Amino acid sequence: MNDLASNSMTATSNALGLDFNTPALQRKRRLRAFKDRLARWCVSIGGMAVLGAITLIFFYLAYVVLPIFQGAELASRKPLQPAWLATAAAPLLLTLEEQNQVAMRLDQRGQVQFFDATGMTALSTVELPLPAGAQVVSVAQDQPGSNRVALGLSNGQVLVFQHGYRVSYPNDVKTIVPSIEYPFGEAPIVLDAQGRALDHVGLSLNGGTLMLAGSTGAELHVLSLGREENLMTGEVSLSEERIALPQIAEPIKALIIDPRQMWMYVVNGRANADVFDLRKTALNGRYKLLSDADREVSVATSLLGGISLMVGDSRGGIQQWFMVRDADGKAALKSIRSFQLGDSAISQILPEERRKGFVALDAKGRLGVFHSTAHRTLLVEPVAAGSALAALSPRANRVLVESAGQIQRFLLDNPHPEISWSSLWGKVWYENYDKPDHVWQSTSASTDNEPKLSLAPLAFGTLKAAFYAMLLAAPLAIAAAIYTAYFMAPAMRGKVKPVIELMEALPTVILGFFAGLFLAPYVEGHLPGIFSLLIFTPIGILLAGFAWSRLPESIRLRVPEGWEAALLIPVILLVGFVSLSMSGHLENWLFDGNMRLWLSNDLGIPFDQRNALVVGLAMGFAVIPNIYSIAEDAVFSVPKSLTFGSLALGATPWQTLTRVVILTASPGIFSALMIGMGRAVGETMIVLMATGNTAIMDMNIFEGLRTLAANVAVEMPESEVNGTHYRVLFLSALVLLSFTFVMNTLAELVRQRLRVKYASL
Amino acid sequence: MSVKQNTLKTWIKSGSPWIWMNAGAVSIAIIMTLGLLTVIAVRGLGHFWPADIVEADYQVPGQDTKVIAGEVVQVEEIPRARLAASGLPVAAEGGEFMTRELFKVGNRDLYGADFTWVVGEWLSNLRTPQALTAFERREWGNFYGYLVNVKEAGQLVAEGDASWAALQQRLQRVEDLHGQIVRLEKKDIGRINAGLERVRLQTRKLELQGTLDAVAQADLDAERAIWDAEYKVLENQLGALYQAFNRDSITVRTTEGREVELSLGKVVRAYRPNAMSTLDKLGFYGGKLWEFVSDDPREANTEGGIFPAIFGTVMMTLIMAVIVTPFGVVAAIYLREYAKQGPLTRVIRIAVNNLAGVPAIVYGVFGLGFFVYLLGGSLDRLFFPESAPAPTFGTPGLLWASLTLAILAVPVVIVATEEGLARIPRALREGSLALGATKIETLWRVVLPMASPAMMTGLILAVARAAGEVAPLMLVGVVKLAPSLPLDGNYPYLHLDQKIMHLGFHIYDVGFQSPNVEAARPLVYATALLLVLVIALLNLSAVYLRNQLREKYKALDH
Repeated sequence: MNDLASNSMTATSNALGLDFNTPALQRKRRLRAFKDRLARWCVSIGGMAVLGAITLIFFYLAYVVLPIFQGAELASRKPLQPAWLATAAAPLLLTLEEQNQVAMRLDQRGQVQFFDATGMTALSTVELPLPAGAQVVSVAQDQPGSNRVALGLSNGQVLVFQHGYRVSYPNDVKTIVPSIEYPFGEAPIVLDAQGRALDHVGLSLNGGTLMLAGSTGAELHVLSLGREENLMTGEVSLSEERIALPQIAEPIKALIIDPRQMWMYVVNGRANADVFDLRKTALNGRYKLLSDADREVSVATSLLGGISLMVGDSRGGIQQWFMVRDADGKAALKSIRSFQLGDSAISQILPEERRKGFVALDAKGRLGVFHSTAHRTLLVEPVAAGSALAALSPRANRVLVESAGQIQRFLLDNPHPEISWSSLWGKVWYENYDKPDHVWQSTSASTDNEPKLSLAPLAFGTLKAAFYAMLLAAPLAIAAAIYTAYFMAPAMRGKVKPVIELMEALPTVILGFFAGLFLAPYVEGHLPGIFSLLIFTPIGILLAGFAWSRLPESIRLRVPEGWEAALLIPVILLVGFVSLSMSGHLENWLFDGNMRLWLSNDLGIPFDQRNALVVGLAMGFAVIPNIYSIAEDAVFSVPKSLTFGSLALGATPWQTLTRVVILTASPGIFSALMIGMGRAVGETMIVLMATGNTAIMDMNIFEGLRTLAANVAVEMPESEVNGTHYRVLFLSALVLLSFTFVMNTLAELVRQRLRVKYASL
Repeated sequence: MSVKQNTLKTWIKSGSPWIWMNAGAVSIAIIMTLGLLTVIAVRGLGHFWPADIVEADYQVPGQDTKVIAGEVVQVEEIPRARLAASGLPVAAEGGEFMTRELFKVGNRDLYGADFTWVVGEWLSNLRTPQALTAFERREWGNFYGYLVNVKEAGQLVAEGDASWAALQQRLQRVEDLHGQIVRLEKKDIGRINAGLERVRLQTRKLELQGTLDAVAQADLDAERAIWDAEYKVLENQLGALYQAFNRDSITVRTTEGREVELSLGKVVRAYRPNAMSTLDKLGFYGGKLWEFVSDDPREANTEGGIFPAIFGTVMMTLIMAVIVTPFGVVAAIYLREYAKQGPLTRVIRIAVNNLAGVPAIVYGVFGLGFFVYLLGGSLDRLFFPESAPAPTFGTPGLLWASLTLAILAVPVVIVATEEGLARIPRALREGSLALGATKIETLWRVVLPMASPAMMTGLILAVARAAGEVAPLMLVGVVKLAPSLPLDGNYPYLHLDQKIMHLGFHIYDVGFQSPNVEAARPLVYATALLLVLVIALLNLSAVYLRNQLREKYKALDH
């Protein structure tokens, strides 16, 4: 390289009497050298920055996706022993409110203590209006988030109360004032007329009807309370109805009424669940919850939405059960999935209020964080030395644990429990479904129905669309490429190639709109014509070819060789016109005038107007030029010496093509197919516009599909930033990116090897 | 016979059938491409032609005869059985097929829908009366009927035959007034609104900084008062204009005899296609075509023009080109001229090549996450705290759309430029270096000028790709209807944070999200045609440049 910086211009250059070492020239040389170095630095830094920015895509996508596969984290704070706790009776219930500021503790004497959930200082105390001499024996909570609690008393009565929190901003300081209300009156409701202690209670409020259940030993008492408020006076009147249910043989362990008041689950004996149909007041069935004889049920609750029953056993197992309807519509309780937390008895199961997750606690003070649908165990960690009572905040980000006279606060970070590898790709048994299934349903009407994020139907739809597109594109493009590269006259080649390049440049939104608005209704109206096209076009081409070969030479020689394609254009147009105009007659003749009806009624094949056939046609169109140009390049650059050799040995052009040219070029053709596949998989606008975007898993060519790319385009703008749905959409983008990147890289490597091979021939 | 069989056999044996099949594939590809373009062109251009308005008696068997009038949009033959299956009282006997015609009957405010399907066999007495008029309205679509009279502020001015001339004259006046109103609303009131918004943000900024004292407050109040006073004046002007605008009205009788009064302010133009000569029609066609490319859209984008979409597309691609060219070229120069050529460079080269094949939607996702939420969100927090919680750059917009497309198109520029650099004969570089030029001097004076056509090719291809790409834009900055253009007379003139309209997205949105797809369809075809033309033009110029380039190097090689 030129070394301008050092003043090495020697005197030999001075033969002409020129002085190159004047200070001015030296300065100039230094400046030039400086500029050169500066340019080198600038270009290098700039170039690397651009290349880095492009690769940033990978890392950024991965960075966004990663958190969904991470587990939960629990950070503990110092356990505290507030003074008021020392004098309080044994706790029955611990809760936390929405803002994580106020906690509530209920004890056996019926005293409700509200306290600050951070410093554990006492805020206010409420003595519940218990009848004299009565004690709280059992406690039950209604749906997560309802804040309704029923207390079973030692005298056979039930007290129902609700804890509420009012947020106000006096002097711009957020203040939360807790309170206790009695929506069904302060007077306890008599459940057992004989006044025995209610070992277990259960409640559910649906509209204005409160369903109360209580048990005394093996005996079951159920009461339905109607609450009507007079709009004028605000007076509340209650109507009572006692529901008589078949009795149970074994002692009852838990009572759960679902929020629609359809089913009541009575867990009894060692591990039995009797399910009552409350509308028919009859037993639906008796189910054995645990098969191991050495396990028994220790605790049972329902999850958010009240559809799932979570059963914890004495050996640390937790099982999810819900009612599943079989083909005849008969419902039965089925075991769905199970979890394991340590090996000691589960003492408490706390459902989350927003998601289908739950937190469980066992007798040894071990805490587990789980998600039911994703079947994930996110965290297992000891939080107490022995048995404990815990509370989970409504946002599921705080846990309070009381054990051995002290209260400890934990911060739970669990942003994306609902995604697991198995829930993304495998079949998942969702609540209200009769069998495990792949479902993509990212938004739901209510919080009770969780979003169902299975990528399987989307990946299936993507491959289905790509498959039908390739079915059309691969043979057409490769055949066309072979003909163009090998047989076509150069003059025609010069005209054909720009047309194909134009085909490649057409924006996909135009193909998509054309497919959706023109092709889809047209295909629907001309189904028999489309299918007869498939049969008659090849026949027409062959007939035309044969007829041409039979023509007298005087005509044949007028068209030079390599112009067959031009000759065929009118033939194909004619065949197309005849097939399509025949369509109606065919339809009348074969399908009673309506092929669509015939398909769905006689063959049982559902038909959508925007279906995979239309996508195949439109996306095939988009992919043809991609495959064509690479395949054509591969065939065209096969060294001429090979073909000439073969022809000289007496092979026909076709033999040379199949035995020599295609064999040599096959890696190139293969890489063309891979590139085409990559393009078909990532195509967005065509599938978005030409299909109904229904996420189904069915290869039926007459039904729609939903691809990963189209799904991202539709749902991304509405998804909440950094939410689970957002990250799953990023994941599908990452899947698309990786898939196409791998495909393209493989194709590129194959082509490079091929080039080396050609060069060596 | 045996001879014939023999020739068939030899014909098959020679492999000719296969060659013909291969040739057929080429023909099919060509037919598909040209067919698609033809359909789009015919449908897109046909829309602006003033079709005859047909009046006919229509009798569904078993019902009373109705008179319908409208443009015949589509005629198709369908099997009798299919028509019967759709619940129409079709006679079982008769021909195999029946015709079904789609009539654009207009008068949506009266009939509920602009379009109606009728069975061709049940139409009778088809006629095209000269006086049947089409009124193009600002809302509710077209109105078809007979002009009865023209009124000015409720007073009859013209009736019968004289009313047509009076109407034309008054329509011109209304059109002028409309122009004034639009100018006033868009330009002047837009300026005032922008000014008021600036004052509001200034106040909020000072508040946030804690420096909003009485003096500053008084200044801002004074400024606000000036704007408000100006607004008052304009408001009065606008009120007067609107009054004048809605002064006239016409009475129109529909074909079935109902009389309706239309305010002239609602009518864009009135024409009698049945009475027009071919020359008139051509003139009308040109006018409609010009309106299409130069006007704002009306009626949820189903009528009027697409100027904002054209403007948005051009603006976005321009900004993209400005970003992508220097970066792409620098990266290519680095890769080809400065980086050490080894396995790593090879890997990078393959990766860049492959990025051109990555689905566009992936770039959209990246753009939304990285540019909009991460970069834009940070920018908002740092520089625009006063407009919070409304995002400034933390929401999809022009800048992010351009940047996303730049990332998408940069591999195209890199690949093309690199190819151009590689094609420059070694002798040229060596000659320059031998004469004592430094590397950058060689690059700048010799190599880059020679490679500039290659860069141009790359840039054009990048622009063509960017202009046609829609999927990523749906995430990073395109809307169905932007209230104003991203470039206007209000400070800071170029609004990089604004959302834009885009031709490609317009096609998707109007064709698939519009409530009145049938009415919008021709417009979608026209928009598609425009987009195809732009992209074909760009691509053909790239091809031309590339060929020029090849010729040049061929000359150099010898």
